[in-house]
Amino acid sequence: MRIEGNTNTVTQANVDLFAPIGRNPSGSERIERKSMSAWQHIRYRLFSNKLAMTGLVIITLIVLMAIFVPLLSPHNHYTNNLENTNQPPSWEHWFGTDDLGRDMFVRTWKGAQVSLFVGVAAALIDLAIGVVYGGIMGYYGGKVDEVMNRIAEILYAIPYLLVVIMLLVVMEPSLTTIIVAMSITGWINMAWIVRGQIMQLKNQEYALAPRSLGASNMRILFRHLIPNAMGPIFVTLTLSVPGAIFTEAFLSFLGLGVQSPVASWGTMLNDGINALTVYPWRELFPALCLGLTMFAFNVFGDGLRDAFDPVMRKS
Amino acid sequence: MMQKGIYTRYIYPFEFFTIPKRVVMVPMIRFIVQKLVFMIVSLYVLVTATFVLMNAVPGSPLQREKATTPQIQANLEAHYGLDKPLIQQYGIYLKNLLKFDLGISMKKRFYSVNKIIADSFGYSLRLGIVSVITSVVAGCVLGIIAALHHRKFLDHLAMVLAVIGLAIPSMVMAPLLQYLLAVKIRLFSVAGLDSPLDYVLPTIALSSVSIAYIARLIRTTMTEVLHADFIRTAKAKGLPGHLIVWRHALRNSMLPVVTYLGYLIAGVITGSVVIEVIFAIPGMGKFFVQSVVDRDYPLIMGITVFYAVLLMVCRFLADIAYALVDPRLRNFKKKVA
Repeated sequence: MRIEGNTNTVTQANVDLFAPIGRNPSGSERIERKSMSAWQHIRYRLFSNKLAMTGLVIITLIVLMAIFVPLLSPHNHYTNNLENTNQPPSWEHWFGTDDLGRDMFVRTWKGAQVSLFVGVAAALIDLAIGVVYGGIMGYYGGKVDEVMNRIAEILYAIPYLLVVIMLLVVMEPSLTTIIVAMSITGWINMAWIVRGQIMQLKNQEYALAPRSLGASNMRILFRHLIPNAMGPIFVTLTLSVPGAIFTEAFLSFLGLGVQSPVASWGTMLNDGINALTVYPWRELFPALCLGLTMFAFNVFGDGLRDAFDPVMRKS
Repeated sequence: MMQKGIYTRYIYPFEFFTIPKRVVMVPMIRFIVQKLVFMIVSLYVLVTATFVLMNAVPGSPLQREKATTPQIQANLEAHYGLDKPLIQQYGIYLKNLLKFDLGISMKKRFYSVNKIIADSFGYSLRLGIVSVITSVVAGCVLGIIAALHHRKFLDHLAMVLAVIGLAIPSMVMAPLLQYLLAVKIRLFSVAGLDSPLDYVLPTIALSSVSIAYIARLIRTTMTEVLHADFIRTAKAKGLPGHLIVWRHALRNSMLPVVTYLGYLIAGVITGSVVIEVIFAIPGMGKFFVQSVVDRDYPLIMGITVFYAVLLMVCRFLADIAYALVDPRLRNFKKKVA
């Protein structure tokens, strides 16, 4: 049938040409699989990522070792044993002993406690400050955003490690000081991530609905917007843990971190470096543990990012 | 005019030079001035914080173990200007900084901070330059290999190397390299920076993280670029593979690396602190650590300010370099023209 430029004919033609075929009775078109929710998808993608799972297993192992080894071991991290200095690894001392005869196995896992604590605490403080600051920046926009963003930019331009080193030189060295010093400029990255997210989300209908019901700005921001930005926030949080662990080790390496007799991977690396040619185990075990921890957190964080945002995947 | 789409960002970085100067220079200059103002404000904040901290610390550079008579103490204070009110001292401090005078060291008598920096900076600079070049070249090579063998064995190998390099901090990498390559098989000397061969281990330790990062950046953008239309055109013209990679794909994948350069330099500078200690290189980082151990406040503050200026200037230059190659300039062009 020739179709003319006349709409009427076309409609007529369509009716003639296209007849409904109905449903295929064999059932081959039925959707058998249950549909997955967004969270199920994320979990599925994360769990099927072998590298990320390796990271998670390593993190779990390190956490368990850090908790239980110092509790269960017959040795402790501070008793000197001057008859047994610089022993190579043996059944008695799995990682050998250091120059004061202290058991390196216990000291290494005691150091893991310090590193994990600093890493998680610093990341959580960054989270708290960054979410509030970034949330306000992104939600209010305009002049508020302009001013707050400028302040953040100025702080961000100051080299992070230098600020931390300067503060620690002046303040009493302790775990709290390290965490405080690290949080002074550490939150900016998180703030910018949250800002970007909130700017995207704030014009969505579910943010409009509570506003029309008279909810306060703070309620909309923290009850409705932030929970929906949790994915990127969580990824940033995970990826900032290895950074904090590295900074703590760096500072302890310089002698600015935790003080003896408390063990830290940084101080142990610094102690071991002078004895590297003679007693390599004093350097190698803390080095391996630090490298493994950072590897695990990085890999797991990458996996989380891929799981939350398959489009941004750095494949 | 090119259509707006995902491929609009792939232009020749050097297209900038073909755009009429009058059109580009106005936003460029505005951008540069803005960045310059930011840099100066940040520097001012840092310098002021340094001064406040320096004065918050108990003790003064003139305290010695031997008791001095009050008269001598007063004379000394007058000589170094410490008897003036704090606000005036602050002014003098700022004025001295503008003249690049960083003060005197407390522990190394008769040494000014300037002298210490001048003596040691050469080592750090040489190591830093070698590391930056190594990072960019090795990172690009790894990234290109990975992108060209996308999802094949070489790609996976390069990316596993990159993940490991990214995760292992320099202060772990350095002792491991030292132990394996210098102590065990004696290929290199354990410490020092006397012969060209001595640069190998510190450079690897210093640039492993940035090599990995650049490799990943290049791989991501290059895989995308390799699917762009102009690559197909180049292939259709019969251009040989290496020319396609070198002339078309690599240049267009370099943009993120340019942005990263500022951070790369920052990483190399702060990383060198630890590396210099581990490899016993008499560079600035080693003096920095020594000053921290000695609590030599003027030296700490002086080197901090020096490092900060260095870092900020590098970042500023990287920002400008990025602006020069940033395709968003073309949006300005659209707006104006």
